[in-house]
Amino acid sequence: MIEISALNKAFGLNRVLQGVDLTVVTGTSTVIIGGSGTGKSVLLKCILGLVAPDSGTILLDGQDVAKAERDAFLAKFGMLFQGAALFDSMTVWQNVAFRLLRGSLKRPAGEAKEIAVEKLRRVGLTPDVAEKFPAELSGGMQKRVGLARAIAADPQIIFFDEPTTGLDPIMAGVINDLIREIVTEMGATAMTITHDMSSVRAIADRVAMLHGGVIRWEGPVEQMDGADDPYLRQFITGSAEGPIEAVR
Amino acid sequence: MILLSPLSALGRSTLALLAAIGRVALYFGRVLSHIVRPPWYPREFVVQLLQIGWLSLPVVGLTALFTGGALALQIYSGGSRFNAETVVPSIVAIGIARELGPVLGGLMVAGRVAAAIAAEIGTMKVTEQIDALVTLSTNPMKYLTVPRVLAATLCLPILVAVGDSIGIFGGYLVGTTRLGFNGTNYLQNTADFLEFWDVASGLVKGAVFGFIVALMGCFHGMNSGRGAQGVGKATTNAVVSASILILAANYILTGVFFSA
Ligand SMILES: Nc1ncnc2c1ncn2[C@@H]1O[C@H](COP(=O)(O)OP(=O)(O)OP(=O)(O)O)[C@@H](O)[C@H]1O
Ligand SMILES: [Mg+2]
Repeated sequence: MIEISALNKAFGLNRVLQGVDLTVVTGTSTVIIGGSGTGKSVLLKCILGLVAPDSGTILLDGQDVAKAERDAFLAKFGMLFQGAALFDSMTVWQNVAFRLLRGSLKRPAGEAKEIAVEKLRRVGLTPDVAEKFPAELSGGMQKRVGLARAIAADPQIIFFDEPTTGLDPIMAGVINDLIREIVTEMGATAMTITHDMSSVRAIADRVAMLHGGVIRWEGPVEQMDGADDPYLRQFITGSAEGPIEAVR
Repeated sequence: MILLSPLSALGRSTLALLAAIGRVALYFGRVLSHIVRPPWYPREFVVQLLQIGWLSLPVVGLTALFTGGALALQIYSGGSRFNAETVVPSIVAIGIARELGPVLGGLMVAGRVAAAIAAEIGTMKVTEQIDALVTLSTNPMKYLTVPRVLAATLCLPILVAVGDSIGIFGGYLVGTTRLGFNGTNYLQNTADFLEFWDVASGLVKGAVFGFIVALMGCFHGMNSGRGAQGVGKATTNAVVSASILILAANYILTGVFFSA
């Protein structure tokens, strides 16, 4: 279980997170929605310790992550970055198998490559992609390689930062199904950021909306459409009129 | 107030400089502590040996060749003022081995390697590759910085040794073809006057300069600002700070080695 309480983070004068409270139960899928630039990516990075919060606490299974043993902590996680963040000095399969080629999970290269190719297949990429370099792939393909890398070592907790952005609708559907499958069949805990409402419905057990530096609304996905929060309503319907100002 | 503002500006930049020195010192300490603790990444180290050492050979070699040649011409014309043209071989050898080999080699490598390291690591920083490394349970300090620092520290003395030989050869070429020296005498003269410590001190300097180059490249890359502009600035800062630190370290080391 991940328990975030009173989390604050500012970059200079830009107060991004202003007291975020959120609980994510083990084995469930939480989707975070919210406008561009509201701090969704920053929130995930705070949990992973990539960005140091100004104040607030984050507990993983009751233990403060700031005091946790880093290696053991990170070994539980997989993360798909918004920009894929593939290592451009290595081939695709070496990227996917990165964790399996070094450190505590190290195994023979042949075996690691087999796992990498299998993970690539699950995100809809053929084995010939494995030998290419990230720069040779399209944006959507890079995103899927990033996803394969995030799940390669079968982590317990997986963060997906906009997994379906830049994918065609069919591929987006494949990825949505994959994320759902990882949660229901493998019992992983997932936190997904997305702007795509059909993804939200396909992936989420619970939905949290970040706005104005706080969690504006949080609840089961079934209650999302019936909720009367005007901010959430405007976001779901994609309307330009409402409490959320769209600067024009 | 008007009189005070230059003072306060001076104060501000002094404080900024001190803060920067403090950050570099902290970074330096962290690099040392990671060098001695596993895990190590030998494969990365070998790749860097190739990148930093092998691929710098042409630059360092050409620099040394022309410098040796120019030095021979200078010493010949300068020496002729007091009829001391015969010192050309020994002064060329001493000048190259003690001073010009390591310093010019170090500066050329600073231009080539510090820039490349800062640009590569800076780009990794702004494209979140460094963050990705961390989430994949790999410490960027160990995976990126330590192999580069070790490789540069090891490679530069070797590059300096190669540069020394080529520089002396450059002096030899000019001496025998343009200044009328006898080839055998030239080499004999060089061998007679060059002492072990002349060469060894230059190699020690090379190791220190190599460390500086990689440290500055990594430091500025890791602290790169956001976007292409941030990487550009990091690259410039890496080359400038590495060059200045090399010259400063050279002065200090020369004082330590040869003042007595
Ligand atoms: N390293 C950083 N330094 C300074 N400001 C940052 C940094 N990272 C993020 N920010 C700022 O924090 C705010 C939130 O950024 P974040 O990337 O979390 O947005 P987001 O909700 O993920 O948006 P999007 O949906 O567009 O990805 C932005 O205003 C951004 O400029
Ligand atoms: Mg984002």
